[in-house]
This record gives sequence, structure tokens and C-alpha cells, in this order.
Amino acid sequence: MRIGVPRESREGQRLVAATPATVTRLCRLGYDVVVEHDAGTAAHLTDTAYTEAGATLGDATQVWTSDVVVAVDAPGPGQLDLLRPGAVLVAQLAPATRPDLLEALADRGVTALALDAVPRISRAQALDTLSTMSNVAGYRAVIEAAAEYQGMFAGQVTAAGKTPPAKVFVIGGGVAGLAAIGTAVSLGADVRAFDVRPEAGEQIESMGATFVQAQGAQQEVSTDGYARELTGEQEAATMRTYAQETARADIVITTALVRGRAPRTVTAEMVAAMRPGSVIVDLAASGGGNAEPTVPGERVVTDGGVVVLGYTDLPGRMPAQTSQLYGTNIANLLALLTPGEDGVLALDLDDPVQRGMTVTLAPAPAGDGRHGGDGGGAARRGEVLWPPPPVHVSATPAGAAPAGPTPAQQEAAARTASRDEAARARLRRQRLAVGGALGAVLVVLALTLSPASFVGHFTVFTLAVIVGFYVISNVSHSLHTPLMAQTNAISGIILVGALLQLGNENLVVTVLALLAASVASINIFGGFLVSRRMIAMFRKDV
Amino acid sequence: MLTSLAQAVYVVAAVLFVLSLAGLAKQTSARRGVTLGMIGMALALGATVLLAVEQSQRPVGVTLALIVAVLLVGALVGSWRARSVEMTQMPELIAILHSFVGLAAVAVGYNSYLTERAHEGAGGAVHLVEVFLGVLIGAVTFTGSVVAFLKLSGRMKSAPLTLPGRNRLNLGALVASFALLAWFLADPATGIVPLLLMTVIALALGLHLVAAIGGGDMPVVVSMLNSYSGWAAAAAGFMLGNDLLIVTGALVGSSGAILSYIMCKAMNRSFVSVILGGFGSDGSPAATASSGEQGEHREMLAEQVADLLRTAKTVVITPGYGMAVAKAQYPVAELVSRLRGRGVQVRFGVHPVAGRLPGHMNVLLAEAKVPYDIVLEMDEINDDLADTDVVLVIGANDTVNPAALEDPASPIAGMPVLTVWEAKQVVVFKRSMATGYAGVQNPLFFRENTAMLFGDAKEQVEKIVQAL
Repeated sequence: MRIGVPRESREGQRLVAATPATVTRLCRLGYDVVVEHDAGTAAHLTDTAYTEAGATLGDATQVWTSDVVVAVDAPGPGQLDLLRPGAVLVAQLAPATRPDLLEALADRGVTALALDAVPRISRAQALDTLSTMSNVAGYRAVIEAAAEYQGMFAGQVTAAGKTPPAKVFVIGGGVAGLAAIGTAVSLGADVRAFDVRPEAGEQIESMGATFVQAQGAQQEVSTDGYARELTGEQEAATMRTYAQETARADIVITTALVRGRAPRTVTAEMVAAMRPGSVIVDLAASGGGNAEPTVPGERVVTDGGVVVLGYTDLPGRMPAQTSQLYGTNIANLLALLTPGEDGVLALDLDDPVQRGMTVTLAPAPAGDGRHGGDGGGAARRGEVLWPPPPVHVSATPAGAAPAGPTPAQQEAAARTASRDEAARARLRRQRLAVGGALGAVLVVLALTLSPASFVGHFTVFTLAVIVGFYVISNVSHSLHTPLMAQTNAISGIILVGALLQLGNENLVVTVLALLAASVASINIFGGFLVSRRMIAMFRKDV
Repeated sequence: MLTSLAQAVYVVAAVLFVLSLAGLAKQTSARRGVTLGMIGMALALGATVLLAVEQSQRPVGVTLALIVAVLLVGALVGSWRARSVEMTQMPELIAILHSFVGLAAVAVGYNSYLTERAHEGAGGAVHLVEVFLGVLIGAVTFTGSVVAFLKLSGRMKSAPLTLPGRNRLNLGALVASFALLAWFLADPATGIVPLLLMTVIALALGLHLVAAIGGGDMPVVVSMLNSYSGWAAAAAGFMLGNDLLIVTGALVGSSGAILSYIMCKAMNRSFVSVILGGFGSDGSPAATASSGEQGEHREMLAEQVADLLRTAKTVVITPGYGMAVAKAQYPVAELVSRLRGRGVQVRFGVHPVAGRLPGHMNVLLAEAKVPYDIVLEMDEINDDLADTDVVLVIGANDTVNPAALEDPASPIAGMPVLTVWEAKQVVVFKRSMATGYAGVQNPLFFRENTAMLFGDAKEQVEKIVQAL
């Protein structure tokens, strides 16, 4: 089958869906690859590099009429008409926000796989271009902010006095947010971050930022890996947090996108409260922007001197690397779709990953699949498969979380529990003291009535138990098995008793002593030898 | 004169025994510890042989021949077992050695009763109590250890035997034994009858006690029997009036007791609940409820794991009993040395109750020449797991179960576990989706960052090594 890689037509789009490196991988899967002339030029990838990797060059028509078309953006109207019925289109299709596109694709009888609708489960991470793009965008957002921000990121103490580190506030702990945190931290900034999902807190802290918590704003653990929109009460609490944090920040990076839409996180008042010279980078600009002054694709300076960057092409600002990552996502997808490595694409809709990203499905090939479609008009309609059935990523059942007690109740319960615990502990201590005293009295009484020799032995015994306690407490955990073997060996000392009975004139005694002495001596030899063998195995790293 | 000399030598031997156990505090001094123990034992035996020859009521030649024969038997059988035993079979060997101490204690107890007929006065009664207790503890240790041996070596089903009213049966056996003690003291002349009866009861008690404990609790049982064997030796020391035996027995007894305590704490179970047995068989509703709630697990192939390891910077391996069963420690060691050769930081995280014996995993890894300074305990490694790229769980289940911390209804709730799920990626080597010894479903397998690698652990690890 033939894979077509078009030159992206959108203004300013510098990415390309395959690089020479990924073309090699596609060829190895058994596909023929045709790349449009100058497809990679904007990403500094030459046509020669593609041909050397095994691709052929072609014009737009050749590319768009291929069996499989891999692209970055959704096709425009002219390109859509070139697609053959039964063809497979792989691109970022934004299925949630573009029902018209899905209808058009279904009308064409095309199977469309949306790379930005990959279910968020770990197996699918290798295909998830949203993660790829977000990661790159998060990195670039900090770089853009650093260029606009007229100050140093890292704090310094110099002979000429000290400068504080830049204060960065990141809204959203998704892939983009985490990438931004990591980049800002590595530049030396003081980074704080917020996310409505409590489970993101750990990840935020792992990247080196301080997790800002808003009382009452946190949602429950999500079941599908995506954030949800907030309720009214959570909204208000979150807004208060945003206001506080943005006011103290030099740089705000906001990444809140809920299924393609951008909720308002930074209002005009909050922007007005920021210091002149502060920078806001709005990574949700493509969805309309989180910050009120954001103009998608533009750099805006507010009256208060705050720079608001609404660039939507951040991944495209590093075209070669982003294309490589994006192309690898596509190559991984095609590897998944080509289990036979024979250049034949086999879509398996029982696989939740493949099912999740398939937004339209071509009708089953009946007669007109291969050749009849060139004219386009006669094609049978495919079906729209969006939205997919939900995929659960968490082992916790979705219904369990809301039924749980509120934090306040939990706290009260914990307090009661700890009080009860303390009372029980006190009772235990009292019982122990009484029991100990009684025991001591009994022992003293028993010893008083015993013969002197027994008292002597008992003293030895008591002291030996105590010595044993301290000696054994010090034994390294890893040597517990050799310890048992060695205690086995020395408890074979009972042989001493048996040996002394061997010489007794009573035959029964001698036989019993013989039995006891034999097994005890097995213990001694076996125990010592095996513990020596074990200990000899422990060696230090050289 | 000779008796005094022997006593003096015994003191030296006792000190050497204490030092030998103290030597086990560190790997570096452990070897010296064993040597000291051997010297102590040689001294004690030498003095005893002299004493035995002097006190012999038979011709000296006969006694000497018997002693030599006994030592020969011990040396031959002991060194054969010590040399041929597989490290994975160590729990069985230790259990059977415990039973020997128990058996010896019973025999010595009977002999002590038979040889010292003068049971008059207060001293006589004390001696009788000593004999009685020594035989009791010895007999329980003997049959208990035999059952433990059979269970550990797979010759007996490891599931707990739950007779109705088993706790009352145990209590009844103890009460009966004390009644027999009263009879024994009241009538020393025909005392052999109650002594024999008690021995039978004690043997049955030992059988039942260990049969009622499930395979998962074997580390506790083995260390508990270790303790019993010590107390049996100490009791023998009391009846023979031998301080060396008392000291050694007390050392061993407290050693086993501490090990049992550590094991119980590692499982968050009270000692009593382990000893009373029947864990996992009560069919508590919580257990069945939580095992019903499952998710979807993801599989990975050995080659994919190899790819994963190739890109990882830090790897932690948490072995469990499954590694021992599959004898996977050698390929694992090979994998570790390959990865370390590539500059990957590899460490082991060992849970205190991993395996069937305290420290079992450490011995297996040491056998495969894994340096001991990269084998860490649970508390040492748990904080680092969040920064770890890949965790390989090889044959462990309950010791890495997040339900222990997160599900208060779980039967293993509150047991400290290795928090492997905090790592970026977890790969679980497992034969199937079956539950671990505690019979509890493990939500770890359904986590998003967990992948399952099914199949024999040894073969799978070998495949990974090849792919690397």
C-alpha cells in the first residue's frame, strides 16, 4: 500500500508528518512512501534526504490519492476532494470541535484516524500526538516567555547585590504544564503550579514545582485521565487562587484545555493586577485562550504593560524536532496497524486504542473499493464513529469516589480514632504494668522455694536471654537466613548432653542418647557448613 | 578437676557463641562469626568428650567408639546436606534441622529422667518439672518442624488445615499436659506413664499447630520453630544442670523470637493471629468483595521490556518467592550486570517477608553473585521508588499490593509494602493473573503504569537479556 505525506497547506505550518528517519521505518513495515515536493523544507528537511530514506517524490494529487495519507492538519476542501473512498487518513482532526469535518469525511467514505483522540492509556502513549505537541509547546512556552521577560530566571547573589529568581505560575499539570514546569525549574525560576486534579499534585512536585492547593477547589481522582469542567463552588475557590497567584507571579503559563475548549482562568482584573513587564503565555489560545486579553496567534501588550502571548504555533517553532516526534507517533501507529509488517493496513476495532481514534469508518469494500473511487461522486457513505465508548484508565470504579466521606468527616473520624487509640494504649500499658508486677512476684516466690542450683541456672538463663535480645537485634536483615542456619548449628550443642549419656550402663539410655547425639551432630555440621557457604556468597560490589 | 576444666571451657565456648552471633551484624564480619562459632563448638565438644570418657560406666573403648561413630554420622550427613542443598531449598533444610533439635531434646529428656532416679525433695521436683517441660517443648518442635518441612518442600499441601474448634483443641492439649504434670510430680516412681502420654499429646499438638498455618505465614512459623528449638535446648540445659546449654538455648530462643516479631511486624499481623493460624481461609466478605473489583491489565513482551530498560536510567527489582520457584536469580543477576554495564543504576528492593524464610531473597541473590550493597531493604528503597524509571516485580505479589495501604477492607490492610506503583513504569513478571499467598487480588496489575509479562520468570528474564 502507498502512504502519502503532503506538504502542509495551512499558513505558517512548518511541521511535516514524516521525516527521513520515520520514512525508513514506514518502508520497513512494507509500505511505499510518496512525499510531496518541498514537504519538509520548512522543517529543514530536504527532498534528497527523503529520497535517500526510500521515499519517492510526487505532487499533491499523487499524495492525496494514496491508500493512506498521513498529515499534521486536517485536510482543506480541495484536498478532501482528492481523497479516495476507502482511503485511510491519519491527522489531527479535533473531532470534538469539528463535527462538520467528520461528516465530510464520512461522506467521502474515508476511514479517518484522529491522532489527537488517542485514549489516554499507557499502551497508547507512543501514538499520542497531543502529548508530543503539548510537551514541545510547554517547553517552547517557557522559552518564549524568557525572551519577553526582561529579567533573569535564576536568582543570583553577586558582589553587586542579589536578584530574586523569576516567579513562574503554571496553571494545569498536564503534559504541557509539566513540561513548562520542568523547563522553568531548570532555568532556575521559582515555580508554583495548580491543577484541579489532586493526583496531578504529586507529578507537579516531582518536576520540582510547588503544588498550590485551593481549599474546596480540588476535584476527585479522574477516571479517564482528562480534567473535567468545574462546578460553581469549585470555580469560585479556584478563581481566588488564580488571583492570588497571578498577582505575585512574573510569568504565568496557562494550559487549561478541556476537550478542545479553553475555560477562562485569568480574567482582565487579574491581568491588571500583575506587575508591568510580566508575561502571560496562553497555551490554550487555539481554543480561544484562558486569559481574557489573549488574541489567538498574536502578541498583545495590555494597558498595564503585561505581555500576553497567544501563539498557536509553538510546536512549529521547533519544526525539525517536533516533526521527528510527530512522525514517530505516526510510525508507531502504523506499526500497530500493520501487525503482519507486510504493507497491508489492518484496522482492529476491538482494540480500544484503535477504536478510540477511529472517528469515521469507510464502508466495507464491495466492488468499488479500489478503482471506482477516483471520480469521487459515486462513493458510498461511511459512518461516523465519534465519540468512542469510554475507556477507563484507573482500577478504581468510577462510582466509588463520590460516595466516600467528605474530608471534614474523615478528619473527625480520624480524631476520634486517635483518641480511642490513645485510650487503648493507656489501658494496654496499665495491664502490662500489672501483669509484669504479678509475674515478677510469682518468679520471686518460685525462686525462693527452689534449690540454690536452680537459682544459679535461672540467673544464667535470664542474662543469656537479654544478651541474645541485644545481639540478635543488631543482626543485618539480609543475614537472617544465615543467622537461622547458625542458630541451628549452635543449638546442636544439645549434643553435649547426649554425649555424656552415651556411656550409661542402661541400654535404653544409650540407644536414646545415640539417636539424640546423631541428629544433634548433623545439626552442628550441617548448620555451620551451610551458613558458611551462604556467607561466602555475600560479596561487596567492586 | 576435669569437671572444673570442662566448666571453664564451656564458659569460653559460650562467649564464642555470643561473639559468633554478634558477628552476623555485618556482612564483613559474618565470616569471622562463623569461624568463632565453630571454634566454640570444637572446644565444647572436646571438653565433653573428655568428660564423657571419664564418667563412662561402660568400657572406655565402647564409649569412645560410639562418640566417634556419632560424630562421623553427623559430619557425613551434615556436610552432604550442606553442600548439596539448593539455596531455594534453604527453608526446608532449616525446618528439618529444627526438628532434629526437638527430637534430641525429647531423647535427652527421657534419658535424664531414666538416669537420675533420685527424685526426692524439692530439688527432685524441680528436676521433674524441667524434664517434663523439656520433653514437651522438644516434642512440639519436632513434629511442628517436620510438618513445616513437608509443607515447604511441597510434599504436603500448604493450605491451612482448619479443624473445627482448633483453638480449643490446642488449649485442651495444654491443659491435659499440665494435668499430666501434676500426676507426674505426685508419683515419680511410675512417672514414665504420664510422661509418655504427654509426649504423645505434645507430638499431636506440634502437628496440628503448624498444619493450621498457611504457606504465606511460613517465614513466621520457621522462625517461631527456631525459637522453640532454642527453648528446648535451654530446657535440656536446666535438667542436666549445664550452663552452656542454657546460654546457647537462650540465645537461639531469643533469636527466633525476635525474627518472628520482625516478620509479624512486616506483615502487620499480631504474633497470636499467625500462631493461631487459618489465615486467608476465613472467607471474610471483604476479601471476596475486593477480589471481584478488577480492571483491565496490559501485557508486554520481553522485547518491549528490553526496550524499556534500554532507555531507563534507574531500575529497581523487587523479587519475591516466585523468583525462587523459577530459579530466576541467575538470569536476573546477568540482567543486572548487563544493565550496570550500560551505566543504568540498578538496585533491589527486598520486602522483609519476601520468600519463605527471613532473608531468603538476600541469600538467593548473593548466590547469584549480586553485590549485597545494591540489595536494599524496603525502608531504604521506598522513598526512591517515585524517582525510579522502571520497577521489575519478579514473582512478588502481596508485598507490592497497593491495597494494603489504600483499601482498609483488604485482609492485608496496614501491612507495609513496597510502593512500586509510584515508579514511572512497573513490569510485573507473573505466571498468570492468580492471587498471591494471601489470596488477595492485587490492584497494582490494573494500574495504568503497570504492564504484565506473563510466563516463566526465568525464561522471560533470559529473553530480555538476549534482547539487550
